[in-house]
This record gives sequence, structure tokens and C-alpha cells, in this order.
Amino acid sequence: MVAKLENQLKEKIDQIEAGGAQKYHEKNSAQNKMFVRDRLQQLFDNGEYRVEDAKFANNQAGDLPADGVVTAIGKVGGKTVCVMANDSTVKAGSWGARTVEKIIRIQETAMKLKVPMLYLVDSAGARITDQIDMFPNRRGAGKIFYNQVKMSGMVPQVCVLFGPSAAGGAYIPAFCDIVIMVDQNASMYLGSPRMAEKVIGEKVTLEEMGGARMHCSVSGCGDLLASDETEAISEARRYLSYFPGNYKKAAPVVEAAAPRAGRELEEIVPENQNVPFDMYEFIDRLIDEDSFFEMKKLFAQEIITGFGRMDGKPVGIIANQPKVKGGVLFVDSADKAARFITLCDAFSIPLLFLSDVPGFMIGTKVERAGIIRHGAKLIAAMSDVTVPKISVIVRKAYGAGLYAMAGPAFEPDCCLALPTAQIAVMGPEAAVNAVYSNKINEIEDVKERIQFVQQKQQEYKEHIDIYKLASEMIIDDIVSPSSLRSELINRYKFYENKDMVFSERKHPVYPV
Amino acid sequence: MKEITASMAGTVWQVLVSEGDEVTAGQTVVILESMKMEIPVEAAEAGNVESIKFASGDFVNEGDVLVTLK
Repeated sequence: MVAKLENQLKEKIDQIEAGGAQKYHEKNSAQNKMFVRDRLQQLFDNGEYRVEDAKFANNQAGDLPADGVVTAIGKVGGKTVCVMANDSTVKAGSWGARTVEKIIRIQETAMKLKVPMLYLVDSAGARITDQIDMFPNRRGAGKIFYNQVKMSGMVPQVCVLFGPSAAGGAYIPAFCDIVIMVDQNASMYLGSPRMAEKVIGEKVTLEEMGGARMHCSVSGCGDLLASDETEAISEARRYLSYFPGNYKKAAPVVEAAAPRAGRELEEIVPENQNVPFDMYEFIDRLIDEDSFFEMKKLFAQEIITGFGRMDGKPVGIIANQPKVKGGVLFVDSADKAARFITLCDAFSIPLLFLSDVPGFMIGTKVERAGIIRHGAKLIAAMSDVTVPKISVIVRKAYGAGLYAMAGPAFEPDCCLALPTAQIAVMGPEAAVNAVYSNKINEIEDVKERIQFVQQKQQEYKEHIDIYKLASEMIIDDIVSPSSLRSELINRYKFYENKDMVFSERKHPVYPV
Repeated sequence: MKEITASMAGTVWQVLVSEGDEVTAGQTVVILESMKMEIPVEAAEAGNVESIKFASGDFVNEGDVLVTLK
């Protein structure tokens, strides 16, 4: 009798764990997609996830194993995490009433345990036939997003997108800290191409409108483009290695490593302020080898945002990239940096600003796009942090670029300058043109005019000389490039105990 | 036909290729001057220069086609 019951239970479990019909498994394989349970095995340490609630959800329906979503608790890199993972072999991973309830419950568990929440998304969206039971009610799909907002900054939230994330479902990635998208397969959109054609008359492909590459390079909704599912999962694991389990804990420390060997910092930075160089090479010399994890690499490339480790400890790097668009700040670069700063501050990851910035972009195009309010977002986010914050002027910091990159007025724990640094409202060429434009035009002799301009530029350069700024105590120290890394490691150690409240209030009125 | 466009608004400072030249992917074809910075514009893919749309000193807006390849 006992054996019979056991067999029956085992049979039921096997059925549920096999997911949907064979043909859907075949369709998955044809698209280079893994079965949901194989994804989970890759995600968890040693492939183990022993705690899975509501596996039997909707088992009475017969053809909806686990109601199309697996919710589990397991370990990733030794840390406990909660996971929800859509099963695309069950009605294309669509959401019914129990699917939604399962997702809400695993979120509630993550909040109670204060552990990271991962969303492995591959879903066609709501089951229209079930809408009354899962769409508008108090514990309907809206609750998932409400919970996500509540959890934001409390625990890390990670989204790995393997397939579609459609309509309302597209807000799951939107509320996560990081969105990893699998090239060719992942997509996000509010209305499908079919709907776009019917409703607004637009003819467009899914890849063009909501594909992974588009979102990672143009819209900025995606943070990391993975070439396949295995890479996506391993990047999610690597991402979490920089983070504590929740906002109360300290970021994890690993064994220290020397930076990658290569050219010295002083060789990398050209003295001529107008000539571009590659900031990636500069970052490589500062951080432990192979410790860089970049966010939004393909989006707004004129600014670099990513995690690195120095002496084994995580640090969030915000660096201008003079190689792309001169390192000028644009609407998208301001958004990208603001978001990254907020992420680091939420989880106690110290910040490092590396400036080589000619300022915010000017001209009709960016003014119409609201560059002022976008820039305000960056300046607000950068001001409003309480983690250790170090500002390094690598080369130039002109105009509001100085402000955006944690200049002296924004209370960095220190503002350091390399000998190549130049801080000013604007560069010498622009300044001389602005101040002496009438006089320059009056000089008729070309030679004389050039001489006058050069002389004024020289005077200006002397006026903004970095030793003069150090003498005025505008910057805290001038550091040689060869000792920058050890200087930073040393300072972060002292700043570890930083404990401050930024401002007394409920919350700021965020610029958006 | 492949188009190489201006990455940002600025003035054309140097055109580094001539019609008929072969260019490789990643090769700098034009240098703009904007915000007092040199802004190199690279070819995303290889090709043969078909036409050059602007000359030194011209103002270009973001997205303007600078060079076409065939």
C-alpha cells in the first residue's frame, strides 16, 4: 500500500518535472533554448535546487505542469537566492492565476529572507482566457511589479531573458537591477509586430522592434547581450559575485590579484587634451586582473560603467570614454551613469569616478531631448550617495562635466588629480574665443591674430594650472599615475567606515 | 550601399579617404571636431569609398551621412 502511494507520487512528480508536450521541447531545442529545469541546474551551485514550492500547482488541469513556472530556493556562489523561471513548453510560458500567485509568493519569500531574487523569463504573457483570475485583482500580475518596486534596493533583482517578455510582462525586466538578454532569442515589447501592424499600421520585425541587440545598444533596457543561454546564466552568477545578499550586508571580498600587465598609465593618457585615448586600457591597469563586469557595454558608449575589484574588493567605476564621441555627456550617457550609481549605492559598493570630460553636449538636438533634466538625474544620483566616493581627474573636467563626475562641491571623500588634469569652466580654445571674440575679430593681420590667441591661451592654461588648483585646495592631492592604484586601495580602506545620512527628509523629488 | 554617419554634431575637420579607396572595418575615415575634441568616425564594415558628402569645415548633425561605401 505504502509502496503504491509512493509510486503514484513519484509518477506525478516525474510528469510535472518533464514539463509540456514533446513537440514544445523540440521547438525549444530548434531555437537553441534549454528546458527550464536544465537552466536551473546550470544556475544553482552543483545543479541543486531542493526547495521548490507549488510544484503541484494546477496539477488537476492535466496539461499545465507547475502552471508553467518553477519557483525555487537554492544557492548561487554560496549565497541563498530565490528564483522564478518560466517554462516555455507549457503554453509558451504564459501566466495563469496560479502562475502569478507562485511568482508573488517566491517574491514574498525573498523579501522575508532578504535574499536576491532572480527572474528567468521566457513567457508569452497573460493567458487571455484566465484574465479575470490573474490580471486586475489584488494578487494579480500587477502585484508582481508592485513587489519588485518594493524589493528594489532591498535585495538584488536579476533578470535573465531567454525568450519573449511581452506586454505587461515586459515590466519584469524593467524593474530589475540588471537585464541579461540572449542574442536572437530574447525580446521585450509592449505590443508585438503583429499588433503594431494592426493598431498603428507599422510593419517591423521583432528583432528590429524589441530584439536583444536593439535593447542592449539603442533603448538601454538591456544591460548585457549574451551569445547563448549558457553564457547568460554564467554572467548572472558572475554578476551576483559582486553583491551582498541584501542592503544590510557588506559586498563580498575575494582574493586580490595584480592588474593585467601592459602599458603604464602615463603612457596611455596623451597630454594633448583634444586627442582621444582608450579608457578601457586605463581601467585595466587600475583593477585586479579579469575583475571587470561591465553594465550596458553597447549603450551610450561615451561613458563606461562597470564593477571591478581592487585588492579583492568590489568598486563601481564610472569613467568617461574619450574614444567615443570625445567622452562628451549625452542624454543616454547621463541616464546610464545615474542608474549605475544608484545601483552601487543601494548595495554598499564604493564608487570611483574617472574623468576626462569636455562637458555636456550642446546644440539643438540635445536641448530638445531635454539634456538638462537628464543631466540633473546624473548629478542628483551622484550627490545622493553615502558609499565611499572618490573622484579622479584623469585629464580634463570641463563645465558641468566636473559636477557630474563628482567634482569637489559634491563631497567626494577626495578629489585627486593626475598631473595631466585640467579643471575649468571650458577648455583654453573655447574660453579665449568666448572672452576675446570681439578683439580677435578686430585684429586684421592673420599672423598677429594667431599670436594673440596663442598668448591668451597660454595665459589661460597657467590660470587653470593644476598646481594652482592644488594650492587653492580645490583638489585634495596630485597623484602620479604609477601610484594611483595603491593610493586608491589605501584610501578605500580608510573610507570603509564612512557612515552618513545624506539629508533629512522622506525622499527627494527625483528629476526625471 | 553602406553609409557612414556622424556620431555627433560637429564640424568636419579632416577627411582621410578619397573616392575609390578601399577601407577596412574599424578604419577611421573622417575626423570631426566637436566640443573642442577630435572625434574619429570609423567604418563599421569594409568597402570601397563611393562618395564623400562633406568637406572640411562643413557643419554636420548627428546621423548625417558622411561617406558612402559600395
